[in-house]
Order: sequence, then structure tokens, then C-alpha cells
Amino acid sequence: MNATTVWVVIVLIGFGTFLLRLSGLQLLGSGTMPDWLARTLRYVPAAVIAAIVVPAIVYGGPDPGFSLENSRLLAGIIAAVVAWSTRSVLATLGVGMGSLWLIDWLMP
Amino acid sequence: MTGRFRVQQVFLDGFSAIAPMLPGVVPFGMTAGIAAVEAGLDPLMAMGMSLIIFAGAAQLVVAQLIGDGALPLIVVLTALIINLRLVMYSASLAPHFGPLPLPWRASAAYLLTDQAYAVSITRFLHGSVGGPKLWFYLGTAFPLWVIWLAATALGVWLGAAVPAAWQVGFALPLVFLVLLVPVIRDRPSFVAALVGGGIALVAHDAPYHLGLSIGALAGVVSGVATELMLHRRRGRP
Repeated sequence: MNATTVWVVIVLIGFGTFLLRLSGLQLLGSGTMPDWLARTLRYVPAAVIAAIVVPAIVYGGPDPGFSLENSRLLAGIIAAVVAWSTRSVLATLGVGMGSLWLIDWLMP
Repeated sequence: MTGRFRVQQVFLDGFSAIAPMLPGVVPFGMTAGIAAVEAGLDPLMAMGMSLIIFAGAAQLVVAQLIGDGALPLIVVLTALIINLRLVMYSASLAPHFGPLPLPWRASAAYLLTDQAYAVSITRFLHGSVGGPKLWFYLGTAFPLWVIWLAATALGVWLGAAVPAAWQVGFALPLVFLVLLVPVIRDRPSFVAALVGGGIALVAHDAPYHLGLSIGALAGVVSGVATELMLHRRRGRP
């Protein structure tokens, strides 16, 4: 992608994202959201965040895929347990990165 | 005078509510800066992304897609699908802010993030705010914006100097794992996450880098389907 295209992409995403962010606040004056839309949007965060997280853990590292060499699988499971029980960004980052480094150090 | 004092107090309350989350944003923002530089973007573009897009997950995925040579249209589409969740946040905050003049509405919208939303809505629904809720929200959202830009700048500046062995890219799934926990509230949202993640995984090699979008859409559809199914079952004796 050349420089101009990158800037166009950035500006388009920025403008589109701003409109998405504004849309709900804008509904204030014009009544409420239709039922089907509210119901659909309710599942967007869970679906989108999971669709980002799972492939990033499985395919994001230097040894992608389901293999014993892929240390992100085990580190990801450990981090998921910490995230679930603590809901803390710091604890999850600390334990997740720590176990990734530890596993790589133990099994290079 | 009392009015202005109350606004300041509420803003500071928002700031103390978001404060525990700020340290976690630093590695996340740095990762966004590093990812942009690694994808071949120049420092100005990397900072432009943080200022113009200001959405971490989308920025990281965009950097990755640009680095992989995806089509521009696909990059825009994928980023907007990732950011679709902001519509829900925006709509759910609206009733708390009351009618706002456009400049305030635009500022509140621009600063909207997962973290600011999560912290604000929790307080609005389960606590009390001793003043205008908008200022509590701004107290959470504005510090995040400052930290995000500073952290991205740090990431851009360090850039390739961070050793690949540190695998800082792993910070993305880690931060989002924490954001995933509170949005899985019931059975349909659990199914949405399970199907979203599963299909995105299976569709990883889908053409045009559409795997994430396909997974997300499949997750939403199955969440809605599960909800309707549960409703129907409950409707029968």
C-alpha cells in the first residue's frame, strides 16, 4: 500500500469509527432504537472480541497453529484463567507475558 | 461556584475510577505503536492512527492487515466491524447524558472506548455520581486518551529496538481477554463468543483476510439465534 492509500484508509476508518461512536448519542432526540437492532448489537462485543482474541493466540506467534512448539496456547489458557478470576488487566498481562517467557525459556 | 466545584469533583471521581486501568493501557498502546512501525508505516502515520482512529484493537488489526498486504477496502471493512461494538456503548450511554449540544456530543463520542464505557456504565447503573454524569465519563475517557497517545508515541520511538523475543504482540489478546470476561453475561453471549472465536479460527485462512469479520458475524447471528430459541422454549409450558 503506498503512503497516500494508507492515509486514505486511516482517515476513512477514523471517520467511520467516529460516526459509529456518535450514532447512539445521536438517537437521543429521535426516539429509541428498534428492538431487532438492540438485540443484534447486544452480541457484538462478545463475538468481535472473541474473534480477535482466539486467532491472535493460536496464529499470532512465531510458531503458529496447534502444536507443542506454540507456547502461546498454554500461556493463553493460563492468562484466560487469570482474566476470568481477577478481571485485572495488570494481573493478566503480568501472568500472561510471564508464563510465555517462562515456557519459552524452559522449552526453547 | 458550587456548580463548577461539583463538575471538577465529578471529573476527578471519574479519573480515580479509571486510574487502576491506566497502567494496563501502556503496554497495549506501545504494542500498537510497535505494530504500526513493523507493518512499514512511518512514525507520522502511526501517530495519525492513534489520533484519528483511537481504537486499540482496530489499530492493531489494521497494522497487521496492511503489513500482510490486504486490500484497502478489506482493511476499512474489518476495522469498522471491529468497532461496531461502539454503537452499543454509545446507545447505552445516551440516556445518562441527557440532551447535549453537538460539540459535547462529538467530544464524548470521539473519546468513547471499551474501558471508559465499562467503568462509566458500571458507576451509572450501580452507584451514584454526585454531579453531571458527562463529567464523570470525561474524567474516565480523557486520561485514557492522553495515556494512549503517549504510549503509542513510546512504542513508535522504541519501534524495532524492542527485541522480537519479548513477543510484545501477545499483549493484544491478553488485554482483550480481560475485556471479554464482563461481556459474557448469559448463555446467548457465551454462545456468541464461542462461535465468534471458533469460526474466526477456522476461517483464519479465508480469502481477503476476512476471517475475523466472518467469525464476528457468525458469532452475532448465533447469539441472537440462541436468545430467540431460549425465549421460545420458555414460552411453552
